[in-house]
Amino acid sequence: MIRFTSVYKAYPNGAMALKDVTFHVSKGEFVFLTGHSGAGKSTIMKLLFAEQRPSGGEVRVSGYNVNSLQPDDVPRLRRRLGVVFQDFRLLEDRTAEENVAFALEVTGARTDTIAARVMRVLTQVGLSARSRAYPRELSGGEQQRVAIARALVNDPAILLADEPTGNLDERATRGVFQLLRDINNGGTVVVMATHDLDLVRQTVYRTIEMRDGGLVYDSDVDEAAAEAP
Amino acid sequence: MKLLTREALLSFQRAPLLSVLSVTTIAFSLFTVGLFGLVAINLREALRGLEERVEIAAYTFRGTPSETIVIATQDIAAFPEVQDVSYVSEEEALRRARSELVEFRDAYRDLQVNPLPASIEVRMKAGYRDAATVGRVAERLRGFGFIDDVRFGREWVQKLDQLRNLTGLVGLVIGLAFAAVAVVIIGVTIRLTILQRAREISIMRLVGATNWFIRGPFLLEGALKGLLGGLLSLVLCYGGYLLFRDSSGGTLSGLVFFGPQQMALIILFGVLLGLCGSMVSVGRHLRHV
Repeated sequence: MIRFTSVYKAYPNGAMALKDVTFHVSKGEFVFLTGHSGAGKSTIMKLLFAEQRPSGGEVRVSGYNVNSLQPDDVPRLRRRLGVVFQDFRLLEDRTAEENVAFALEVTGARTDTIAARVMRVLTQVGLSARSRAYPRELSGGEQQRVAIARALVNDPAILLADEPTGNLDERATRGVFQLLRDINNGGTVVVMATHDLDLVRQTVYRTIEMRDGGLVYDSDVDEAAAEAP
Repeated sequence: MKLLTREALLSFQRAPLLSVLSVTTIAFSLFTVGLFGLVAINLREALRGLEERVEIAAYTFRGTPSETIVIATQDIAAFPEVQDVSYVSEEEALRRARSELVEFRDAYRDLQVNPLPASIEVRMKAGYRDAATVGRVAERLRGFGFIDDVRFGREWVQKLDQLRNLTGLVGLVIGLAFAAVAVVIIGVTIRLTILQRAREISIMRLVGATNWFIRGPFLLEGALKGLLGGLLSLVLCYGGYLLFRDSSGGTLSGLVFFGPQQMALIILFGVLLGLCGSMVSVGRHLRHV
């Protein structure tokens, strides 16, 4: 589903955000991306949804080569992804269901299917009772659930979550994390960038650790190496 | 499509003052072009009427025998440039003068002797009514021995022609200046809308809306403002037209207004102006959102 091969990313000011990063993620995986801020987590995310292009190496996501993506293909790739951020990025002047429906409306979904699809994902994230609430009337955890519902409504193959619990208290964090696990159990690949190491340690999910733009630890690779005689 | 239209219409609600400003600038731009256009059209109409009447009057010497004139008339009628020829006798000339020049009616009534000469009036075929051809035919008429003087209204036809061209040019220049201002103002309005909606646009991008889907509402917004501006300019032009016609006390009652094709052209031009402004702005600012 995701394949990074010797990826480099240099910013115009000369800073190297990624140095020789190689990993791949298969169908059905849940992957933690950890590291301090500035370690390169967000850059990996931006490369994944083609917000940026690699300076070297190759990035493949869900069958698309991000290096040589045509402008027309960017929306096509993004429709196969769901993206969630720390700051939720909801539209304040729309209700929860309108925020979710927005993702369908602007991608040209059939109008008569929208209401049912929106309700389905709002139920999935446990917010069907609050569908008419505006973001300011919702708690942080609820707002993030709306954002996740919006990310899910197009049935993505991959869900990218960039610090999704960064603004949430412990209880909300657990709820959102459980939701992401449920989504992964449904078959969706989840890539979650976080610096919440407690969360990472609670689970057995694969962990990729970044430091200063380099990949320093990949539980998959390193544990396999450790097990080998 | 419904969403597209809704988004475009919403912009009027979001920035009413700027929207009104851009619509009125377009309207004024087209109004200027339109007014001068109207003057040019009416001058052309007037000229066409005059051209119809482009005729050469060849005055005969007093006492020329009528047989000579009849034969000459047939000769002249055979010229390829000539549509028809008519002979105006001295009596006919006097009768016309009395009926047409009302102010001098009394003077003509008391005359003992008819001072007006007889004449041959030559009307030119369409396509031969330009000054050069008319001049050539007039020269040929002068060649007949019994012709005293030849007159034709060359100069003021030319002057009207120049005036028409000048009017069109002035209208075009002022109109273009206004059009440039309109494009800039529309561009600024669209830019503001883009900034206001930056968050929405970034989310649209994120969930995979196509570029055209994102641009559509802005382009439609510009086109709509252009359409409104075009319509408004026509209303203004019509107002100006009525004002001119009615205040002239009847002497300008023959004024014409734009035909349907010309009106459509003005509106189309408005739409193009609007589109132009929004395209420039969308191209420049959407990238940075």
